[in-house]
Amino acid sequence: MGIDFISAEFDVVRDDARCTRCRVCEKQCANGVHAYDEKNRRMTADETKCVNCQRCVAFCPTRAIKIVRNPNTFRDNANWTASVVNEIYKQASKPGVLLSSMGAPKNLPVYFDRILINASQVTNPPIDPLREPMETRVFLGKKPEKIRRRPDGRLDCALEPQLELALPILFSGMSYGSVSYNVHKALATAARETGTLYNTGEGGLHKDFYAYGANTIVQVASGRFGVHKDYLEAGAAIEIKMGQGAKPGIGGHLTGAKVSGDVSATRMIPEGSDAISPAPHHDIYSIEDLRQLVYSLKEATAYKKPVIVKVAAVHNIAAIASGIARSGADIIAIDGYRGGTGAAPTRIRDNVGIPIELALAAVDQRLRDEGIRNNVSLIVSGSIRTAADVVKAVALGADACAIGTAALLAMGCRLCRSCHTGKCNWGIATQDPALVARLNPDIAARRLINLLTAWNREIKELMGGMGINSIEALRGNRLMLRGVGLNEKELEILGIAHAGE
Amino acid sequence: MKIDASLYTHRALNDLLRSRTDETSVENCLGLRFIGSGLSHGTVLIDGVPGNALGAYLDGAKIIVNGNAQDAVGDTMNKGEIIIRGNVGDAAGYAMRGGEIYVEKNAGYRVGIHMKAYKNNRPALIIGGRAGSFLGEYQAGGFIIVLGLNDDGMPIVGNFPCTGMHGGKMFLRSDCRDVFFPEQVTARPAGAEDMAEIKPYLEKFCDAFHYNPSFIENAPFTVVTPDTQNPYKQMYVAN
Repeated sequence: MGIDFISAEFDVVRDDARCTRCRVCEKQCANGVHAYDEKNRRMTADETKCVNCQRCVAFCPTRAIKIVRNPNTFRDNANWTASVVNEIYKQASKPGVLLSSMGAPKNLPVYFDRILINASQVTNPPIDPLREPMETRVFLGKKPEKIRRRPDGRLDCALEPQLELALPILFSGMSYGSVSYNVHKALATAARETGTLYNTGEGGLHKDFYAYGANTIVQVASGRFGVHKDYLEAGAAIEIKMGQGAKPGIGGHLTGAKVSGDVSATRMIPEGSDAISPAPHHDIYSIEDLRQLVYSLKEATAYKKPVIVKVAAVHNIAAIASGIARSGADIIAIDGYRGGTGAAPTRIRDNVGIPIELALAAVDQRLRDEGIRNNVSLIVSGSIRTAADVVKAVALGADACAIGTAALLAMGCRLCRSCHTGKCNWGIATQDPALVARLNPDIAARRLINLLTAWNREIKELMGGMGINSIEALRGNRLMLRGVGLNEKELEILGIAHAGE
Repeated sequence: MKIDASLYTHRALNDLLRSRTDETSVENCLGLRFIGSGLSHGTVLIDGVPGNALGAYLDGAKIIVNGNAQDAVGDTMNKGEIIIRGNVGDAAGYAMRGGEIYVEKNAGYRVGIHMKAYKNNRPALIIGGRAGSFLGEYQAGGFIIVLGLNDDGMPIVGNFPCTGMHGGKMFLRSDCRDVFFPEQVTARPAGAEDMAEIKPYLEKFCDAFHYNPSFIENAPFTVVTPDTQNPYKQMYVAN
């Protein structure tokens, strides 16, 4: 109240005629919005606690609830928007760094939405994927520069280790700790079923999930949580995390409150201790240092696994990627400005980094110009929302896309952007056992499998329309793309022509 | 078995070391990197100077170096023992979670960063001489012990030790009157209980490098501990 008061962002609208006082909304809300007024025999709501996660709406048996934007407003101001003003109020009452979750919601250009895909007409006929074979299988890893023959003249078929994906989509790194056990179980199950990989993030690998190792990317980040010999050997690939799109240039920080029980055991740190991943790897200050970490990991795993280096998309990403491609890494993962997170300082999330579309195009072009594109495969992420985004990314030069937010949405996430509170009503970004139990890992896995299956069908359909029957023939095929409403510089960086050209 | 390191690539040498169960003597070592990466068994004796990332992810093997070692010794080490009869370079013991590293002489910058402990895994890094700047940054567990036996007149530790420390203990064999520690740690003279905790490591150090234990112990030790496991707790406002 008073000077500290911040008006609720949402209103809880309850149709009293429909409400049966069953109190499901009250039970479902971990934020304590709904309550039952015994005396007046009616439901009440404290909308200041509402994060608009839609849980009560989805579970109300009589569809009596709607969450709407609170019509209460400040005086209109296009510059001093309500969110800016409220953030100042928050920081005026407590001197802290503003903390947010999920990808940047700001209204910056989404280049994927300004790129259109080609289709064949008359000549070079389209292909019907229902009738003809279409290949979306991809192999990630170093490709040989030329055909080599052994002394006896036969082909030398020895390759650097490759990851085989049944479709050009994998799951982004999301640590156990930031997301729940059931989320990891669902991701692991879905990855195995669909022939792709999920990624541990920097939280170690729970002992129950070693069995899914062939479909697991294990991450090594600056805090080295849960990293030991068995962990490195368990995965199909090892990812060195240098940065992530949601918070380039800063580290990770799982508060001690979330480091309990299994999370502590999996990260191999004491319960209640903060899990701090420093901003830099303090042993990596150069490409040469990075090369050292790449090779120490290769040595530790006898060169059997590809090593991925994950970086955030930042201004000099092309030069950075060029360095990484020379570091011995097999795969570069680039995470764009809109990448999701379980917690990031608001200012960093919303103001640092560059969109993945521009980063990808710049990197692919630079690696081609330098003749080192085949040294590495490229995985891109940072808001891949649809099969069309995947197709556009591949045509811009990606070998595969990683999805995090889209996968969470498939599992029930409503994008309320409150992961950092640890009270996720959908059982995703929480360690509260009662909330975790809300996510049925079998159902979540089924929904992930459905999503990937659907996207794979759409990818094939889009490819077929272009007259392309193999994803290999789409990769870097920028002739298949046209821009709309983009200026010359944007088109130049994206390496595409404008629609009509 | 004796091996001439100059005849091997690091990949071939590590393949060989993985296949061996008993003691292997590696001679003529001139900067070969990654020796013993992830090694879980056996003993490796190295004559010469091993290159960077010696014993990274070490998982139970013992490595003894007759000479200096370079950067990133024992990176993310989990179990085992590394003994260096000389100096080590920068970033030794980065994020190590278990095992012990004994260095006879001095250590470079950024040593023991993010060292951590978990249950029975309590790593220890013992440096006979002095350590460079940024010692034990983000230390989250285990013991970092610096004995200051160097005779070059340089201080026992460089600038900014213990920044971001949130677990474990650091012992410096000095009254530390000239050492500047950050706000979130407490530095105090080590008591009998503290000394009892590190006695086994001091004894092993003396045994490895032929020092008299009473000479080592009969000097003022300062012990540094963090004030909180959660140094960043107050920094955020939910938005």
